[in-house]
Amino acid sequence: MRRILVAVASTVCGVVALFSYRTSTMGAAARPSAATAPPGPVPSPTGAAAARPWTGAGSSTGADSPSASPTTPTTAAGGGSASSGGAATTVNGTAVATRWSTVQVQVRVSGGRLVDVAALSLPDSSNRDFSINGRAVPVLRQEALSAQSAKIDTVSGATVTSRGYISSLQAALDAAHLGG
Amino acid sequence: MTAGAAPAHAPSPPRRAWVEQIMGMPVSVHLRGPAALGDTAAGLVAAVFDHLRHVDAVFSTYRPESDVTRLNRGDVRLDACHPWVGEVVTLCAEATARTGGWFDARLPAPGGGTWFDPSGLVKGWSVEAASRWLADVDDADFCLNAGGDVVVGIATADAGPWRVGIEDPGDVSRVLAVVEAWAGGVATSGRARRGLHIVDPRSGAPATGLQSATVVGPSLMWADVYATAMVAGGRESVDWLGGLDGYEAMVVTDTSEVLATAGWRQGQPEALPAVVPGGHRQDRI
Repeated sequence: MRRILVAVASTVCGVVALFSYRTSTMGAAARPSAATAPPGPVPSPTGAAAARPWTGAGSSTGADSPSASPTTPTTAAGGGSASSGGAATTVNGTAVATRWSTVQVQVRVSGGRLVDVAALSLPDSSNRDFSINGRAVPVLRQEALSAQSAKIDTVSGATVTSRGYISSLQAALDAAHLGG
Repeated sequence: MTAGAAPAHAPSPPRRAWVEQIMGMPVSVHLRGPAALGDTAAGLVAAVFDHLRHVDAVFSTYRPESDVTRLNRGDVRLDACHPWVGEVVTLCAEATARTGGWFDARLPAPGGGTWFDPSGLVKGWSVEAASRWLADVDDADFCLNAGGDVVVGIATADAGPWRVGIEDPGDVSRVLAVVEAWAGGVATSGRARRGLHIVDPRSGAPATGLQSATVVGPSLMWADVYATAMVAGGRESVDWLGGLDGYEAMVVTDTSEVLATAGWRQGQPEALPAVVPGGHRQDRI
């Protein structure tokens, strides 16, 4: 009887509260030792320059990695400064725990267009990041495990606009793997 | 079936993601497997983005110089447009027929009257076509997500299916279910992100009844068309979709009920429907 509707109880569906840890994550972000940055617009250029590239390199420019920006549109400024063009805005997303790590997305918007996406917090497989996370690690790790129960690779949802992207789970899933 | 995840202690396969904004939405590509980090893969990913940008230039209703805009203005005839436009016009007509009118590319124009806006079909059509570049990446699985519509493929034997979370339209920080997909598309349409952006072609009024509809099946384009049609059609469309071969759906109603077609396996995420290589859904167990 394939035409019979099957009511799927939400509990049976395995509703996963993926973001329930946001408060604690953001709390951790406020500590001096945290690797994440406060969500919201970043004063330019100092904020942008402080953002670590998602290549995993320790330098702040990523200039030593030719593969650092494989998908950066040509309209994106090369450096962290937003002085050229004058319209670029840098915004930090919310720190989000994924199945692989805690990540935070930073996007640059110029003329209403998203011109660059970077991850502020790198996957835990980076030893460097592991140490930077410091005392925040136990909390984040525990919360990441609860998100891990869903073990999802991607999210299908009603049309995701670029404005909503920065705080989305998809952005976190992407950021965990930007740069390989 | 050996579809299970890799052994718990096996090293994770190399994995890499790319993101660009095209057509006003984030488009991300994930590759997973030995070839994911290579230059060949990067080149094919670039071809995906190039294809979508080209499609946008032809079809965007926001661009005054696009073929579709000029067609709507009456500046050009259909036979003078890019050949893609004629192909899409034909597909839109087929979509209207297949959905009994729930999908219709003749939509209310901003200034009154109606115009040709094939965006609801072009998205899935172009993303599915672009994904064929990724099928050429030997030794890497791909997952292409364009604004919440997903097409996947598996080329390696190591990592198991892609796990696609279905967003809760009432709380986009949660997922309602997980679909394990080996090949094919997962499309979700709804009103969560853009307000009432789907119109019931029969009444011309904003659609009511469903907050979102997710359709899985071998073709992302048709999954997306069907999902859009379901939001326009409301609750009764679940019964309709359940009668289509190869496609299954899960919907969230305005009262936050979750309904699914009979072939959509309920229960634990692992039991939800899988799409197997070759573009055909797994037989029901």
